[in-house]
Amino acid sequence: MSLLRSDRASSRRSSRRGSRGRAHGLAVVTWLYVLWSLLPVLVAVRISLNSGKSRSAFQPMSFRWYWTDPTLSVWHDDSLQTALSNTLTLACLTMLIATPVGVAMAIGLHRWRGKVSGAANGLMLLPIVTPEIVFGVALFLVFTQVYKGLPGGITTQLLGHVTFTLSFVVVIIRGRLAAIGTQYEEAARDLGASRFQAIRLVLLPLLGPAIFASLMTVFATSVDDFVISSFLSTGASTETVPIKIYSGARAGSTPALNALATVMLVVTLVAVGLAALAMRMMNRRSSGTDGAAVGLTGMSI
Amino acid sequence: MTGRVVVARRRPTRVWAGFALPGIGWLIAFFLVPIYAVLAVAFGQIEPLLKTPQPAWNPLDWDYAAMGRVLDRIVGGDLGTVFIRTFWFVALALVGCIAIGYPVAYFVARKAQRSRGILLALLVLPFWISYLMRMLAWTNLLQLDGFVNKALGWLGLMDTPHNWLDGDWPTVVIGLVYGYVPFFILALYAALERIDGRLLEASRDLGASAFSTFLRVTLPLSVPGLLAASVITVLPMFGDYYTNTYLTSGSPRTGMIGNQIEYYLRGSSQPQTGASLVLVLMAFLFVLMLYYLVTTVRQQRQAER
Repeated sequence: MSLLRSDRASSRRSSRRGSRGRAHGLAVVTWLYVLWSLLPVLVAVRISLNSGKSRSAFQPMSFRWYWTDPTLSVWHDDSLQTALSNTLTLACLTMLIATPVGVAMAIGLHRWRGKVSGAANGLMLLPIVTPEIVFGVALFLVFTQVYKGLPGGITTQLLGHVTFTLSFVVVIIRGRLAAIGTQYEEAARDLGASRFQAIRLVLLPLLGPAIFASLMTVFATSVDDFVISSFLSTGASTETVPIKIYSGARAGSTPALNALATVMLVVTLVAVGLAALAMRMMNRRSSGTDGAAVGLTGMSI
Repeated sequence: MTGRVVVARRRPTRVWAGFALPGIGWLIAFFLVPIYAVLAVAFGQIEPLLKTPQPAWNPLDWDYAAMGRVLDRIVGGDLGTVFIRTFWFVALALVGCIAIGYPVAYFVARKAQRSRGILLALLVLPFWISYLMRMLAWTNLLQLDGFVNKALGWLGLMDTPHNWLDGDWPTVVIGLVYGYVPFFILALYAALERIDGRLLEASRDLGASAFSTFLRVTLPLSVPGLLAASVITVLPMFGDYYTNTYLTSGSPRTGMIGNQIEYYLRGSSQPQTGASLVLVLMAFLFVLMLYYLVTTVRQQRQAER
């Protein structure tokens, strides 16, 4: 907090000394970047509302590509609907498995000291630095050469997504564990709580915001994944939204692709918005630090 | 110090190991074993009739002939061109990321005041938008009759519309920058935000101008963050094969290593060649991966001390 205040003071002083012009230039660059990063997506959303087939210009608005068109709209094209439901199923299941396993692993790695735990920590960080294509190839080969009994498609995709997102959960939760410290749990233990009671009644509520941040991160990562889903896809029935977008652009497609992407975007933003809202309510009750920041910095180191 | 000893005695390490066990087991089964499968396939045999791979699980049985052929094709062969092209694409995209990302991260972390909250939210927003949707948006814009050509014609910069999606390398580089710069910015933002403001104040109080304070204090202090942000963006870029394919309709003129790997594993069934290429790529990226691991573990230790 004091750091923030001194920072503000210094920037106020520097602006008095006449460096405001430079910060002004930076502000312009920053806002131009924001515009550049988001405007194309807004254009793509607008194109999804075209009433004609153009994928490059604006046409009068309609919901033709969402549900009005009897064969080509997202609602009526079976392959698009399958992709949508596959993506959401996969993301929800990944969330439900990766988060609890990751939270337990974070608590374990955080407290377990020893040579083996160091190795386990390194193993946990490896998936983050492994390029996705290496991951995809490795999983593709292991499911075709070793774990041959598993049904291809959604099962193997789910296993891949959990592996891929597990480390994000551990990193986010560990960041929060380091901030919490051990004193609250020790107090609970001194007051007679058992080890597991202390975890359940004290530690987990304190971890709440970080768990929410993990859930959101896992959901967004799974929904966004193309490489692993694609390497483990066994045909049209196991395609996800990113695969559909990827393969759809080559064959002359319609704005239905934009509509599909927009639906996915809206679902993700609503989920993230609800999670953020829930987090804020929890924060107000327990006045913890903001979990959004945990999620944000957890993703990037 | 004594408190820590007492606490340590109270927490038997076996319980905590038990907490970590499911995760460790999962990562062994679905991360380590798969990576080992890549080795076993690359150094294994090919069944002569069906052309299916016969992985060699015992390192004593490893056969390095296929890897030798791949390496021959990389050193001065057709795959060498692809490696060099990939390297250039990634290097140019990284330069683009730094040129755009540094000023933005610096402004939001150190200069923005009232606009900081809203800017942070807008910087995070691309994370919640699917990567391929963002690429889809560019294919919309770059069509022959799309808005980019219209804007260029309107500004008088171009008379006839240009087909951007036909295998131009600048399209791929710009696409990579657009795709990865949000990751770069957030990683760098986290590092810039951690710089102690008192150091900058001290520099100003000792008479340095705002510019030389930036050059002599902020910039050197941000080097570790800059390196980490670069590593975290470069690693996935080296494995990328969808951005270039998507933005050039799969033109071979802009093919990257990832395309070759994907082709050998899925397009044609030569998994041995594909697996060998994956190993070469990993060896190539090893130093970067190690750098990230070491710095992350060091930061964790500092945070937990």
